[in-house]
Amino acid sequence: MSTTPLLELQGVHTHIGAYHILHGVTFNVREGEVTMLLGRNGAGKTTTLRTIMGLWPASTGELRFKGQSLKGQATPDIATRGIAYVPESMGIFSDLTVQENLVLAARAARHAGELDTQRLEWIFSLFPALKKFWLYPAGKLSGGQKQMLAVARAIVEPRALLLIDEPSKGLAPSIIQNLISAFNELKRQRTTILLVEQNFHMARSLGDAVAVMDNGVVVHTGSMRELADDESMQQRLLGLSLGVHQ
Amino acid sequence: MTTTAAAGAAIPKATFEWKPLVLLAVIALAALPLIGSPSTWLTLTVAGLAMGMIIFIIASGLTLVFGLMDVLNFGHGVFIALGAFIATTVMGGMTVWAGDSGVAQLAAVFTAMVVAFAAAAALGWAFERVIVRPVYGMHLKQILITMGGMIIGEELIKVIWGPAQIPLPLPDVLRGSFLLGDAAVEKYRVLATAIGLVVFSALAFTLNRTKIGLLIRAGVQDREMVESLGYRIRRLFVGVFVAGSALAGLGGVLWGLYQQIVTPQIGAQVNVLLFIVIIIGGLGSTLGCFVGALLVGLMANYTGFLAPKVALFSNIGLMVAVLLWRPQGLYPVTNR
Amino acid sequence: MNRLLSHDLPRSRWLAVALVVMVVALALAPFVFPGSKALGAAAKMLVFVLLVASYDLLMGYTGIVSFAHTMFFGIGAYGVAIASTRIAPTFGAIALGVLAALAVSLVLSLVIGLFSLRVKAIFYAMITLAVAAAFQTLASQLSDFTGGEDGLTFKNPPILSPSFEPFESPILGATIDGKFVTYYLLFAAVALLFLALLRIVNSPFGRVLQAIRENDFRAEAIGYRTVVYRTLSNVIAALFATLAGALLALWLRYTGPDTTLSFEIMLDILLIVVIGGMGTLYGALLGSVIFVFAQNYLQDLLKLGQGALDGVPVVGALVSPDRWLLWLGVLFVLAVYHFPSGIVGRLRAAIATGRART
Repeated sequence: MSTTPLLELQGVHTHIGAYHILHGVTFNVREGEVTMLLGRNGAGKTTTLRTIMGLWPASTGELRFKGQSLKGQATPDIATRGIAYVPESMGIFSDLTVQENLVLAARAARHAGELDTQRLEWIFSLFPALKKFWLYPAGKLSGGQKQMLAVARAIVEPRALLLIDEPSKGLAPSIIQNLISAFNELKRQRTTILLVEQNFHMARSLGDAVAVMDNGVVVHTGSMRELADDESMQQRLLGLSLGVHQ
Repeated sequence: MTTTAAAGAAIPKATFEWKPLVLLAVIALAALPLIGSPSTWLTLTVAGLAMGMIIFIIASGLTLVFGLMDVLNFGHGVFIALGAFIATTVMGGMTVWAGDSGVAQLAAVFTAMVVAFAAAAALGWAFERVIVRPVYGMHLKQILITMGGMIIGEELIKVIWGPAQIPLPLPDVLRGSFLLGDAAVEKYRVLATAIGLVVFSALAFTLNRTKIGLLIRAGVQDREMVESLGYRIRRLFVGVFVAGSALAGLGGVLWGLYQQIVTPQIGAQVNVLLFIVIIIGGLGSTLGCFVGALLVGLMANYTGFLAPKVALFSNIGLMVAVLLWRPQGLYPVTNR
Repeated sequence: MNRLLSHDLPRSRWLAVALVVMVVALALAPFVFPGSKALGAAAKMLVFVLLVASYDLLMGYTGIVSFAHTMFFGIGAYGVAIASTRIAPTFGAIALGVLAALAVSLVLSLVIGLFSLRVKAIFYAMITLAVAAAFQTLASQLSDFTGGEDGLTFKNPPILSPSFEPFESPILGATIDGKFVTYYLLFAAVALLFLALLRIVNSPFGRVLQAIRENDFRAEAIGYRTVVYRTLSNVIAALFATLAGALLALWLRYTGPDTTLSFEIMLDILLIVVIGGMGTLYGALLGSVIFVFAQNYLQDLLKLGQGALDGVPVVGALVSPDRWLLWLGVLFVLAVYHFPSGIVGRLRAAIATGRART
C-alpha cells in the first residue's frame, strides 16, 4: 500500500453565494480504508463531499486525488477519474427502470447486455431486491430499496473511491443491517470509502479512520478505535456517546 | 441465459399511464354526437390528428430542450418560419422541374423538408451559441433574450423574402381526398399524420433504446446526478437544441403546406399553441407533448367547425381543465 | 422634494440632470416644441412612462414576467372609446367608461393572478401570452362592440376637442386649444400616478415585493403569503396600465387592436424597461422618453441611410425604415445581456465606483 493518501484535502474553503461554509478543511483518506466523516448537523459534511465532487467549487485550498489536483475540474471529469458519489438524496432517476439506472452508471455499457454479469450477480447477492424489481421504474421502489440502488450504481463498475452521504437516513434497522453487510463486503475487497454517517452503530462497525467536523473545519482526525474507546472524546466532539445509541 | 434476461423474465413491467390517452378518445367520441354526421366527424378528426402531429413535430424539440436544459426558448417560432419560407423557395423553384409527375412533386416536398431541416439545424446551432448560452440558468433573461432572438430572426426573414405573405400551394399529387364511404379524408393530412408518426417513432426509439436517449431522459430528471456519474451532459445540450430546432424547421414546412400560405408572423402565431401544448403535456415529456398536441389539434378542428369564434379559447380552456386535473401536466416528469 | 419622491432619489447627478431636463421638457412641450408631430410624440412619451412604470412594478420590483400587460392597457382604452361612442362624449360617460374598465381589469388580474401565480414563473409567462393573444382575437371579433379590426373613432368632450379654441392667437408660442388642454390633463395624471407608484414601491409593501423577487422561499418562510402579495402587485400594475390606456384613448380619440393590444407594444414595454433599468421606476421615465424619441426620429435617420444605400441588395433592405424592428431586436438582445441594470443602473454604479475611488 502506498504512503500517499488517496484523497487529500488541505485548507479547503467553500463559498455558496454569500455564505462561507467551509473554513479550511484538512484531512486525508487512505487507500483501502473506510474513513468516517462525522459531526453535528450543519457541520459541513455534505458540503465537503460536494466540493470534492466539484458540484460546489472550492474557493481556496488544495484537493488532490491520487496526487492530482481536483480543483477547478468539472464534475464529470472528477467522476471519470474513479470517484463515485452517492448523495444524501440518492439521486435515483425515478422514471428510469432499475436496469436503466445501472446501465447509466456503468459507463462502459451501452445497454443492459453489456453489463458485467459477474459483478451484477455480486450486486444481486448484496441487494436481492434489485433483482426482483429489475424492470420496475425506480421511483416505485421503497426508500430502502432506492438506497440500495444508489449504492449499487456506485459499485456497478470498480471505482477507486466512494463518497457516500448518510445512506442509513430514514431506513429501518433491518435495512441498515443489510447495508452494513454490503459495506463490510466492500471493505473486504479493499474499496476506499469516505462515509458520512450519523448512525453511530454503523460508524463504529465500519470505520477505520475518522475525521470529525464542526463549523466548517475538521476538529479531529484519528483512528475509529481511538474514538470508540474514549467516551469523553465522544462527548466533546459529537455531543454524545457512540456506545449509547443503537 | 444471462442474469439480466433471467431477471427480466420474472417481473411484469410496471403499468403504463393510460388515462391521458383515454381523454383523447373521450374528446374524439364526445365530438361525434355534437357534429352529427359521421363522415364530417371523420374528416375533422383526421384534420385534427394531422394538425396535432405537425404541432407535435414542432413542439417536441421545445419540451425536450426545456426538460433537459431548463431553457425556455420563447423564440422557437423563428425556426418554424424559416422552414416555411424555405419551402416556398424550394418548392417554387422545383415546380417547373417536377411538372406533372406525382413522384417528382413528392420529391420536391421531401427536398423542401430536408433543406428546411438542415437550415433550421444550422440556425439552431447559431441561436444556441449566441442567444441562449450566455443566459443559462437565468429564466427571466432567457425569456427576454429568446424573444429578442425571434424578432431579429423574423426581421431577417423579411429582409430575405420580403414582408408580404407568400402562397405555398399543395402540389397536385397531394390535392384532393381519399373517399371512405361518405367521408372525404384529405390526402395531405394523411401524409402529415404519417410523417408525424415516423418522427414520434424515431424519437421514442432514440429516447428508449439508445444510451444517448437514456442520458437525455435521466438528464431531464436530474442533471447534476448525470454529471456525477461521469457524463459531460452539457455537450448533449447543443445537440438536443439543434435537433429540436431542426424538427421545428421540418414542422414549418408541414405547417406552411397545411395553411397553404406563409407569413413572417407564422412563428409568433404558432408560439402560443406550442406553449399550450407543452404545458398540457408536461414540460419535458415527449409522450405528453404527443398527446397534448393531438388534443389541441382535435380541439381546434372540432371547435372550428362547431363554434369558430371560440377556437382559441377552447384550447386555453382545455389547458385550464388539464391543469386543474393534473397541475404538472398529463405526464409530469418527476424530480422537477 | 424628498417627501414628494417618497425618499427614492435619483442618486446620481447625471441621472438627476437627465430626469429634470426631461420632466421640464415634457411640462413645457406645447410651448417649446410646437407642431402636432412633436406634441404627439410628447403625449406618447407620457403614456408610455405610466405604462412602463406600472410594468416595472410587476417585473422589476416583484420579479414577475407577464405578457398580458397590453391587455389591461387595451381595456382602459376601449373603456373610454366604448363609453364615448355608445353613451356620449362627455366627462360623465368617460368617467363611467374608466370605472368600468378598472373593474374589468381588477377582476381579470385577480383571476389570472390567483390561478397562475400558484404555478411556476415560466408557466405564468406562457399563460399570460396565451391569454393576451386570446384577448386580442376577442377584441377583433366582437366588432359590434369594439369596432373590430377598424377600431372605434370618437369625439372628446368639448374642452378636450381640437376645435375648442378660446384664444385665437398662440400664447408664448403655444396654440391654446383642446389638444393643449388634453396634453396637460395627461401630464397631470401621469405625474400624479407616477409619484403614487414611487410611494407604493418605497412602502413596506414594496419592500416585501422586492424580498419576494429575491427569494420567495425565504419570504414565505418569514411569514409573508407570497401569493397574496404577488396577486396584489399584479392587480395594481393592471390598474395603472388601464389608466394609461384611458389616457391614450383620450389623446388619440381612437382605439383599435393595434394601438393597444398588439404584441409589438408588449415588446416595446419590455425593451424600455430593460434598457431604462428594471426595478428603478426612473428607468421607465428615462427609457420611455428615449424610446419614443428614437422611434419617431430614428426612422428618418434610417430613411436617409436607405436613400444612400439604394440599389445595394441585402444591405439596402437591412437599413429600410420598415426594418426598424430588426435594430430594436438587436439592441434589445444586447441590452438584456450587457446592461442588465439598464441606463439607470449604469449611471448609479458610476457614482458608486466614483465615490469608492475618492
